[in-house]
Amino acid sequence: MGNSHSHVAGSEVNLQLIMAIPFLLAVVLYLAAVVVSNRQLKKQWSKVRSVLWMVGILCASMAIIGPLAERAHEDFAAHMVGHVLLGMLAPLLMVLATPMTLILRTIPVRSARRLTRILKSLPVQIITNPLCAASLNVGGLWLLYTTDLYVLMQQNIIIHILVHIHVFVAGYLFTMSIIYLEPTPHRLSFTYRSMVLVGAFAAHSILSKYIYAHPPSGISSAQSEIGGLIMYYGGDAIELMVIFIFCFQWYKNARPRGKVFIIKTPTHV
Amino acid sequence: MTAEINHSSNPSKFTNRYTYATRNLWTGILFGLGLVGFIDEVVFHQLLHWHHFYDKSTTDIGLVSDGLFHAFSWFATIASSFLLADLHRKEAYWFKRWLAGVFLGGGAFQLYDGTIQHKWMGLHQIRYGVEIRPYDMIWNLTALAMILAGVLLIGRVKLHSFQPGDAKFNGE
Repeated sequence: MGNSHSHVAGSEVNLQLIMAIPFLLAVVLYLAAVVVSNRQLKKQWSKVRSVLWMVGILCASMAIIGPLAERAHEDFAAHMVGHVLLGMLAPLLMVLATPMTLILRTIPVRSARRLTRILKSLPVQIITNPLCAASLNVGGLWLLYTTDLYVLMQQNIIIHILVHIHVFVAGYLFTMSIIYLEPTPHRLSFTYRSMVLVGAFAAHSILSKYIYAHPPSGISSAQSEIGGLIMYYGGDAIELMVIFIFCFQWYKNARPRGKVFIIKTPTHV
Repeated sequence: MTAEINHSSNPSKFTNRYTYATRNLWTGILFGLGLVGFIDEVVFHQLLHWHHFYDKSTTDIGLVSDGLFHAFSWFATIASSFLLADLHRKEAYWFKRWLAGVFLGGGAFQLYDGTIQHKWMGLHQIRYGVEIRPYDMIWNLTALAMILAGVLLIGRVKLHSFQPGDAKFNGE
């Protein structure tokens, strides 16, 4: 086995390089947009957002390339750390970096109008509905870990890539459907979003414990126990951040504006 | 007639809280629920290692209930903290009403956890390798005591007692 490994080592390095391209591209494009739009508008784009974007991309890339991704093939715990990074932390950091706002301020007004029209369209509206995004997100994970999809993913590189893309995209859609930072044409109430948030969080916790007790095919029970714990507590940590930001947005939104404390008081004698 | 209440003047504090009496109670209930969930996780799971992450006797419905309450208690802790800040911001915070809610929410969750989740759904036991009955007794009696404290506190707070010109209304 060691022999065959050294044979494929060269092509594996190549594959890693190819896989690194989308991440590099995402960073370069974002920074280029920052430079261009800063020059056009003579207004500085938040440096914090640029940093959030780069850290987010770094988190996502760790699940695909490098030592963690390498270990994930035989180590379920490493796989799970990768998934928490790719499906939860990276999407959160990247949503906080508001790439859509950056695109809209960079491209010409006419293109921006066209893009806004697409964002308002029915398909986008459906896919960014919290309930739909949450189902794609957690539903996808249930499929992955309770069917043979996990084994298929380890054998077939195409399925492997598709699963990872789905985990990231669904995580991103879900996060942006809960936390409104970008121009959001069809805003849904805090109550509705909080119910979906709690439901998705619960489904995530339930699946973690289910994995703990029912190893996916090809995984030893010792590995699935560690994996389940990582998913459970890793999920907790990131959900807490999402909940905090969500509640903070409610707090800002619900602030008393002007003199709203008009209540009945007795006439002064 | 209606008049605008000045934020900085004292009376508003005592009128606003009547307006938000229910909100004070619910903020407390959510916080109590979250607090008990937090203590359960930190003290009984992590520090004492009495509770187990998973018990083979757990039913499917137990797993679902556990997940729901786990998620909701985290949400409730954070949301109720922001609600509390909002009450302060509106000068409508009412300690007794809020505390009554904390006891009610905490007690109700602990009772649900101690009876339905631990016993009926077989989630996990309070502690393993010991005679469990005294633990269950203390657990559930504490829960009942908290509910009772909450109810008594609510009874002590008079919601509609103030009249125009009352000492209370004038901020004393």
